[in-house]
Amino acid sequence: MPPVTWYLYVSAALFCIGLFGMMTRRNAIALLMSIELMLNAANINLVAFSGYLTEHTLVGQVFALFVITIAAAEAAVGLAIVINVYRTVQHINADEINIMKW
Amino acid sequence: MLVQYLPFLVLFIVAVAFAGGAMVLSRLLGPKRPSATKLEPYESGMVPIGGTRGRFPIRFYLVALLFILFDIEIIFLYPWAVIFLEAGAARVFLFFEILVFLGVITVGYVYIWRKGALDWE
Amino acid sequence: MRIPVDPSDWLILIPEFILLGTAIAILMIDAFAKAASDRSSPWISLAGTAGAIVAAVFLWGNPLSGFGGMIVNDDFGVLVSTAILTGTALAVLISVDYVRREELPAGEYYALILLSTIGMLLMVSSANLIMIFLSLEVLSIALYVLTGFARMRPRSQEAGMKYFLLGSFSAAILVYGVALIYGATGTVDLQSIADELISPGVLGNPVLLAGAGLVLVGLGFKVAAVPFQMWTPDVYEGAPSTVAAFMSIGSKAAAFAALVRVLIFAMGGLRPEWLAAVWVIAALTMTVGNLVAIAQDNIKRMLAYSSIAHAGYILVAVAAANRLGLQSIPFYLIAYAFMNLGAWAVVTAVTRKGEEAVGLSDYSGLFWSHPVLAGSMGLFMFALAGIPPTAGFTAKIYVFMAAVAADMIGLLIIAIVTTIISAYFYLRVTVIMFMERPAEPPVVTVPTPLAVAIAVAAAGTIWLFLFPGVTQSFTDTVARLL
Repeated sequence: MPPVTWYLYVSAALFCIGLFGMMTRRNAIALLMSIELMLNAANINLVAFSGYLTEHTLVGQVFALFVITIAAAEAAVGLAIVINVYRTVQHINADEINIMKW
Repeated sequence: MLVQYLPFLVLFIVAVAFAGGAMVLSRLLGPKRPSATKLEPYESGMVPIGGTRGRFPIRFYLVALLFILFDIEIIFLYPWAVIFLEAGAARVFLFFEILVFLGVITVGYVYIWRKGALDWE
Repeated sequence: MRIPVDPSDWLILIPEFILLGTAIAILMIDAFAKAASDRSSPWISLAGTAGAIVAAVFLWGNPLSGFGGMIVNDDFGVLVSTAILTGTALAVLISVDYVRREELPAGEYYALILLSTIGMLLMVSSANLIMIFLSLEVLSIALYVLTGFARMRPRSQEAGMKYFLLGSFSAAILVYGVALIYGATGTVDLQSIADELISPGVLGNPVLLAGAGLVLVGLGFKVAAVPFQMWTPDVYEGAPSTVAAFMSIGSKAAAFAALVRVLIFAMGGLRPEWLAAVWVIAALTMTVGNLVAIAQDNIKRMLAYSSIAHAGYILVAVAAANRLGLQSIPFYLIAYAFMNLGAWAVVTAVTRKGEEAVGLSDYSGLFWSHPVLAGSMGLFMFALAGIPPTAGFTAKIYVFMAAVAADMIGLLIIAIVTTIISAYFYLRVTVIMFMERPAEPPVVTVPTPLAVAIAVAAAGTIWLFLFPGVTQSFTDTVARLL
């Protein structure tokens, strides 16, 4: 099996891509996708550590299941919120939706 | 060890070669007599109308969201099932625990049904 | 592998189950009898919250742990839960007429409030990083919806979107940090992490430090600590006033409980490493919160910055990490629940349909038309500023004492100076209400449930000043009666 650090590199790269997306994207759906990337980076870590550290428990894998479920619930609520905004302003550019100053 | 994965690599190469080879060969050897009917995306299906970049009614998203939510909740039945097998005398209790879990999901289902989220019209 | 299955575990979760049953009942009544639901939901949720308070206090004095150590119910948890449930009960009271006035769907509103409260209570009793993440999401997802609940009002929509994007962003950072901590220590159980930290090999592990830092950032977002506070003013301004009131107590209290459990209970051995970070965050939070609040002329934004500043004072107690600090945090949260919800209750009374009349000028001369309402608002402003005779004064004194005991004189001086600065904008509200005398003082209607909430909050604010030991002795008494 490849050493655990390989998985850590992949997940760190994925996390940074998500972070970069959060900083640079304007479209609310793209922001949501960046968040999903970050969550999945954490999932890779959890499953990789679970395989390497503790051989007889599945804590990391079960945690990853919870993260997946939560991500789905979050996406559902997020899309509903974004659709609601879209109905009013006819676009979803996060930096143009600023009646209130940040 | 990476050697363990060798059969997968061989299978992958064979699969790609077979599928790719079949397409290349039929292109080289097969006769070509195109007609308007044959060039349609679905030769014997519905005639497509409108562009592919058109918008979908928001209802599709609603149904998709609801599907994903209920679909993914079921994931928790798998770890539960594994534990249930090993639980011994605690099985009765575990059974009622999962009933509570499914009950909460059912409440959500009844709620969206009564609120009309499942009605198409 | 043996899985610990013990039916008595469920006893620990009785408060949560009472709330869950209430929320389900409200949803089902809403689904099958809409008209009845609009009338009955607030009272059903109030009854459920009261039941949960009784059940929570029932757990006082005999610490329990269950579900393989994932859930604990110690005295610290019971006190913070009391603060949260007090906040929920008062928030429900001030919502009764607000929800009707703004024509919000009542059943969903109260069900979401209760579901969010379940997440908060679970977060308070989490003894496991998985539980902390799950309960954080349960409370947050319900709050995202509640923030954007006034669906037709653009400000509410915008607040909902901002809160959702930044909230789930911070949750993603938190869960990545949790994954790193899991990798460094091999466990997600807080007690086992504390045991692991004894070995020097784990202590200096950069993966562990990175994980702890990311968790601190994630929870810092939830408690609205600077520099992770940028969502707070917009969300508080855009959200329905009652929702802002509810989350300013509940999500802050729950996140602080989790912060205490992670930083002090699990990573107490790492205090030399995180102290500098918490110190700087606390100092920044107090300073920025209080200074920017001065510039606000919208009362909801002012209260948002005030809530940021108060997070800073509680962070001082977290940084102290001593016995006094641990005692002062629940007291501060309960006192804050009374005084802050009182202030928000008055704001709810003064605003008109569509969240109009939220400027400070709308309070001009309020005393001359509504002396009692203005008097209560004055009391809450005194309490938030930390002026006696109010609970806010006692709470701040406890925090200052904890800082002294921990030898953090620098932080103590910043806390005292910012407290003095904060008096300016709190007292300005009082001056506007009492000293200005416009030709037509504002006329507002104060429905009975709202008046009850204000009275309870005012009584609590003074009561906790007169009998600061009362939170402990009260829970003691009730626990003995049960």
